[in-house]
Amino acid sequence: MITRYLAALALASVGGGAAGPPHRPPAAAGTISGKVTYTGTLPKLRPIDMSKEPNCVTQHPTPVMTQDAVTGPANSVRYVVVYIAAGDQGAPPATDTVRYDQKGCLYIPHVATMQVHQPLEIFNDDPHSHNIHPLARVNAEWNKSQPKGAPPIRTSWDQPEFIAVKCNVHPWMHGYFVVLATPHSAVTDSTGSFTLTGLPPGTYTVTAWHERFGTKSQEVTIAGSETKTVNFVLTARPY
Amino acid sequence: MGKFFAAVVTLIALASAAIFALHIWWLPPDISTHGSRIDRQLNETMIVAGILFVAAQLALATFVWRSGGARGPIKTFPGGATPMVVLATVLVGIEILVLTFVGSKVWAGVYQTPAAPGSLQIEVQAEQFAFYFRYAGADGRFGGMHPELMNDATENFFGLDPANDTTARDDIVVGSLVIPVNQPIELRLHAKDVNHSLYVPELRIQQDIVPGMVIPLHFTATQTGKYELVCTQLCGLGHYSMRAYVDVKSPADFMQWLKEQSPAL
Amino acid sequence: MTHVAVAQSFLRRQVFSVDHKVIGRQYLDLALVAVFTGMLLSWLMRFHLGWPETPVPGLGKLAPTGAAGGVITPEYYLALMTMHGTIMIFFVLTTAPFAGFGNFLLPLQVGAEDMAFPRINMMSFWVTLLAFLVLLTAFFVGDGPPLSGWTAYAPLSAVGEDAGPGQGAGQTLWAISIAIFCVAQLLGALNFIATTLDLRTKGMSLARLPFATWAWLITAVIALVAFAVLLPACILLILDRVAGTSFFIPGGLVISDRLQPHAGGSPLLWQHLFWFFGHPEVYIAILPGFGVVSQILPVFARKPLLGPRVFITCLIAIAFLSYTVWGHHMFLSGMNPFSATLFSVPTLVITIPAAIITLLWIGTIYGARLRLTSASLFALGFVSVFVTGGLSGFFLAQPSTDIYLHGTYFVVAHFHFVMGVAAMFGIFAGTYFWFPKLFGRMMNETLGKWHFWLTFIGVYSIFMPMHYLGLAGNVRRYSAFTDDYLQPLIPLHRFITVAALFTGAVQLLFLFNLMRSRLRGPKAPNNPWEATTLEWSTSSPPPHDNFGGRRAVVTHGPNEYGVTGPGGRDYLMQAESQ
Repeated sequence: MITRYLAALALASVGGGAAGPPHRPPAAAGTISGKVTYTGTLPKLRPIDMSKEPNCVTQHPTPVMTQDAVTGPANSVRYVVVYIAAGDQGAPPATDTVRYDQKGCLYIPHVATMQVHQPLEIFNDDPHSHNIHPLARVNAEWNKSQPKGAPPIRTSWDQPEFIAVKCNVHPWMHGYFVVLATPHSAVTDSTGSFTLTGLPPGTYTVTAWHERFGTKSQEVTIAGSETKTVNFVLTARPY
Repeated sequence: MGKFFAAVVTLIALASAAIFALHIWWLPPDISTHGSRIDRQLNETMIVAGILFVAAQLALATFVWRSGGARGPIKTFPGGATPMVVLATVLVGIEILVLTFVGSKVWAGVYQTPAAPGSLQIEVQAEQFAFYFRYAGADGRFGGMHPELMNDATENFFGLDPANDTTARDDIVVGSLVIPVNQPIELRLHAKDVNHSLYVPELRIQQDIVPGMVIPLHFTATQTGKYELVCTQLCGLGHYSMRAYVDVKSPADFMQWLKEQSPAL
Repeated sequence: MTHVAVAQSFLRRQVFSVDHKVIGRQYLDLALVAVFTGMLLSWLMRFHLGWPETPVPGLGKLAPTGAAGGVITPEYYLALMTMHGTIMIFFVLTTAPFAGFGNFLLPLQVGAEDMAFPRINMMSFWVTLLAFLVLLTAFFVGDGPPLSGWTAYAPLSAVGEDAGPGQGAGQTLWAISIAIFCVAQLLGALNFIATTLDLRTKGMSLARLPFATWAWLITAVIALVAFAVLLPACILLILDRVAGTSFFIPGGLVISDRLQPHAGGSPLLWQHLFWFFGHPEVYIAILPGFGVVSQILPVFARKPLLGPRVFITCLIAIAFLSYTVWGHHMFLSGMNPFSATLFSVPTLVITIPAAIITLLWIGTIYGARLRLTSASLFALGFVSVFVTGGLSGFFLAQPSTDIYLHGTYFVVAHFHFVMGVAAMFGIFAGTYFWFPKLFGRMMNETLGKWHFWLTFIGVYSIFMPMHYLGLAGNVRRYSAFTDDYLQPLIPLHRFITVAALFTGAVQLLFLFNLMRSRLRGPKAPNNPWEATTLEWSTSSPPPHDNFGGRRAVVTHGPNEYGVTGPGGRDYLMQAESQ
């Protein structure tokens, strides 16, 4: 009950401070961190065959492996999106620009999270043309080429959606724009770790999403400026 | 001005023909067993067309030279229209007969003969905007193709179903056409989305790839090396970048390469 | 015979007029707008091919999606190419030589007061204009114009926007525009045939029809069959796109990782229907040029056309054969390889009548007293470029050599020479020749001759090197040459680009001459070139009913040059008694 009250207070103060500088952590901000691991049999990692684009082959001294099931030490899983699925309505919107790069015929990062209406800039850093085709269903789909030296594409998304992004010119280039209602999201690193910061006290649904291993959710309650550990275990399948 | 016209036409005709004749820009060397016949056919056509081209342009130039600004009485062409009809019918007719008979044999040799028994079978998947090539793997059998499983994100370009289809598990899928030299190759061409075409200038092969059809194409490469394979049928925005390399290897190198490949999925 | 009353209001006389002369001029004006639009697009394409990374000033504002910052994207290049081809083939090469000149001149040449169905004639122009506007709209919708080429091969053209930008609304507008255009041409073709057969004046037997009229008549017959096939093909394409049918789309297609909800169609069906129209279309574009050149050469050679009956027989043979050759566009399409040989034979055979006609022209010039004017220079230039374009057809008519050359710049060179440049030279020759009759004023000959010389050298500089590119294996419809083996060819591409920009600029000279002469040119006499056909018997421009209430009576054929006529003239008018 008291937590609820505090959460409401915090939300109210956040609402009042929405016009302030972005991402200023509220007075009493908690943190959720943890690791994502998997059980089960992994699909095989395969080298990406970039031979049709010699520019890109030369940028990678060792072959790049497919990125749809990247794992690290101790069964950790990379490129898992962890975000607040419920409980932070009214949080101040994220206003910083998300940068998405095309370099060496890869999308960097492989998975980018952003809030609805958050500005997104897409750069072509390669010495040749790329094509960006977000396969949106809820949002408006588009498909644009970006020749070498063309200005960055500036855009944003109106609705929450997990949007697969492909390059029509290089079929192996594949990534995700994860558009969320929340400003609180993270993508696991090479050790499967993530951190969500700036969470006012309250009860949250934390969701982990992976492109091949599915979705898991947990309820977490933050009482003050504390760090809660939340771990997820996803199930991997070989095919 | 008639003389100027004649001079310009003559200059254009001779200069154009000379550039053809000197092979300043010409076909890359042929590296296939059937290509020499195509080249011969092309050369013979070039000689005949070249002679007709120069002759017609020079006739035009000469007649304009002589009649531009002429004051005297007009003259009819000796014999009237009859020599024209005879000339065109006989010259072009013979040319047509020769080209058709010889040319049909060349065409038939490429397209109307079955692939040699024991040809290396390679499946080709053409998609916006890349080619993928599939080798049967250790079991010598290709897994079935399931459109609903085709997905670039998981690199399942051929729609294989390794979960249920054991023949698919050892299929090898790569982005270059790697072939052994001097061994008959049979490609089976599939298109995943729209029309494409497979063109290797050095191999003297070109064939449209049509969705909904499986089109066979066979050839034998005679020289090792790396060549380019490009799409020649407008397939969308990335058409210009739709290409792959053909890597012709010695039989030993080819076997070694094949061993190093890991199964597709 | 149709009785033609003079309409009173300006709108009825000059805009919504049923007068074939007004309609003919409207077609020509439409073609003029279209040809400069198409040429502008080709400038952008060529500039991009030469210098792909250099921004085009101002283009970034016009096409913020297709050419952000002025750098043309691959999809915008293909859109430019698609629109260039579509505009040039349909709205220039069909509209100007056939509908434009034909409309203005055919009734005059047969001695009629107007077309057989003047209202249908008017309708056919306005429907053509509608088709053009619908096509241009594609530049301004959604993701922009379509990118599947003027041939719109299915399934790329049929599956919708999954296949790429412009393949949504833009491609639908394309198909609608072409369907509308087919309707207009069918109406026009019917009118041409009816007028030629039924409204000939006294004495104008078929044997006395001028060569241009023969060409328009035969073109109309070809158009009637060809557009009658393209129209339903376009309707089926539209249905595939908007109504979920699958005429041209097979099952199991995965586009942009999405399984398409179609099954059972055939991509080759579209190709067969399209080329059954498409190859005759080549003759729709070029046969009027044959007629124009055959009519103009004798006027300026001051001697009759060699073998007039042979010429007409050859035209008819070409028309017939034009329906038997469409498969040569499809040697490598995946159709049965046996049929390639079958389609190859008539394709080679059709060169016989074409070769005969060419020799007739050359034989006509032999021993002539040639008057070199802008019109006759372009007619002579027509012969030269037609020979060049025709001969490269030998390589593409044979399946065996087509294996190597199909899909390369060799094809681009071939069809630009034989139907693009040759047809344009026919249009230019016709314009310089008939301008006095069209507008009652003379064009400036000095400018006209400069226009000829620079254009003649220009087109050879543009299109001859494309043969060399094709032999080197340079693939067409590429927006950039990233392939290793194409790199050494880039200097040649830059040469072509410079030549194309230059030759395009020369056309502004023509435009200037056209506009200035229309307003300020010296008044034209009735028969400035001393020609024989009926249009030269009446005033320049002709009155509303063409012959001022009289009925022309034809006493001679159109080919009476180099004879001893009344008053020491060296020619006999067809209606000599007047």
